[in-house]
Amino acid sequence: MLEEAWQFLITHPSQFATALGVHVALSAAALAIAAGIAIPVGIVAAHRPRAAFAAINVANIGRTLPSLAVLALVMPLLGTGFLPSLFALSLLALPPILINTLVGIRGIDAEVVDAARGMGMTARGILAKIEWPLALPVIFAGLRTAAIQVISGAVLAAFIGGGGLGDFITAGIAMMAVPQLLVGAIPVTLLALGADYAFGALQRRITPRGLRVA
Amino acid sequence: MIEIAHLSKRFAASGPPAVDDLSLSIGEGEICVLIGPSGCGKTTTMRMINRMIEPDSGVIKIAGRDVTNIDAVELRRSVGYVIQQVGLFPHMTIGENVATVPQLLGWDSARIASRVDALLEQVDMDPKRYRDRYPRELSGGQKQRVGVARALAADPPVMLMDEPFGALDPITRAALQDEFLRLLYELRKTIVFVTHDIDEALKMGTRIAILRSGRLVQFDRPQAILAHPSDAFVEAFVGDDRALKRLGLLNVGRFAVAGAPPAGAPAIDASQDLRDALSALLAANVDVGAVVDGQGVNRGVITLHAIRAALA
Repeated sequence: MLEEAWQFLITHPSQFATALGVHVALSAAALAIAAGIAIPVGIVAAHRPRAAFAAINVANIGRTLPSLAVLALVMPLLGTGFLPSLFALSLLALPPILINTLVGIRGIDAEVVDAARGMGMTARGILAKIEWPLALPVIFAGLRTAAIQVISGAVLAAFIGGGGLGDFITAGIAMMAVPQLLVGAIPVTLLALGADYAFGALQRRITPRGLRVA
Repeated sequence: MIEIAHLSKRFAASGPPAVDDLSLSIGEGEICVLIGPSGCGKTTTMRMINRMIEPDSGVIKIAGRDVTNIDAVELRRSVGYVIQQVGLFPHMTIGENVATVPQLLGWDSARIASRVDALLEQVDMDPKRYRDRYPRELSGGQKQRVGVARALAADPPVMLMDEPFGALDPITRAALQDEFLRLLYELRKTIVFVTHDIDEALKMGTRIAILRSGRLVQFDRPQAILAHPSDAFVEAFVGDDRALKRLGLLNVGRFAVAGAPPAGAPAIDASQDLRDALSALLAANVDVGAVVDGQGVNRGVITLHAIRAALA
């Protein structure tokens, strides 16, 4: 079975490379867009109790939506192809990053921020020197969750013509061709595992020494 | 040094005021203790001094300058700030924590480094050993030492301390009280010290302001508050043992009289307080104790009669 999958892969190298490239591009771009929106929004909302409450609730609802449903909802609005897929995947990546940014900042001990303010740090200084470094490990955990979700969610982009490794999987299922299915499924799994490992390692690195468990 | 005039603050429009027309004048080098039951407004008053809370009305002046005319951030950098939970920055080393305000003020790194080491030594923390450690590696007492060092960093003339020893065990608390009393006295800081512990107030304060429901009930020296509580509230607040507490503030040496101690008289060190002396006399069941100095040399006697006279 694996032998046949390998045969399929080496006989369709450019098709595979394109699919892999699209998949990675789609995932990375979606993650970057979501982070670019969720982190600033999270930081702003974290300092406003009502906004934080609302944001966490909205994000939690967002998190319960099935990936396929999000993609299906996007299609009638934006049509098919790469951009609608990117839009849907970005939407999918928002909640974990937003929630972790909020939790990361709001989870900082109140007296630490009080001491910083009392010693004459500006709001901006507190954000840069206190809140950001202390919240960063939690924000990174959100990015890690989002990355895995987006990489696996990107498989579904095939349904709305977004391309990626999902093409092999859908085609494999449609034609009952298991080797072809594996050419899509195995790399996706490896990508997700690799992202999990990479973000995990990064998360440990950016955790301030004073917070690391000895 | 600090003038507070007709200060008021209300948190909820409908609720009672947290601070109600409070006026206080605190002299340079004084340790002014704000004390009272929970919700009396002591912490709110303290936090209005460095504008962590903005007053509704009234004026606060530090060294003649109205604090509302000073930029809040600049003001806070010039006033030491110590809180009960310490609030050390967990991701920064002890040295970086202590360097916070000098960093904000833009000192050069050599000056900061030497200042940090000097401060750590001042609070009895070996700089070589602790400078590069992180807060989580310290005990509660050590954290508060660092907290005080951090507040002293830019040598502010005024320090605000909100129950700085409140979270410590009794032995560590007593040791730090003694040590910081000496240090702060040496440094001639003007201190506003918030506590709810009357014994701590009597020990630390040069003057004590007793607050109730946002109003100042009595503002006087510890001796005077114990001797002449202004009303039933203050009397109850200082406790039924206020006579004993007064004795606790008086030094044996001051009340010793000349004379040779009788045989069997307990030896009482001149640096102890009259409360200790009374306890020693009662324990030995005698009327006269021998007063000795640090070297054990006789300095006269202390009598039950003299102890009673001290309270008169």
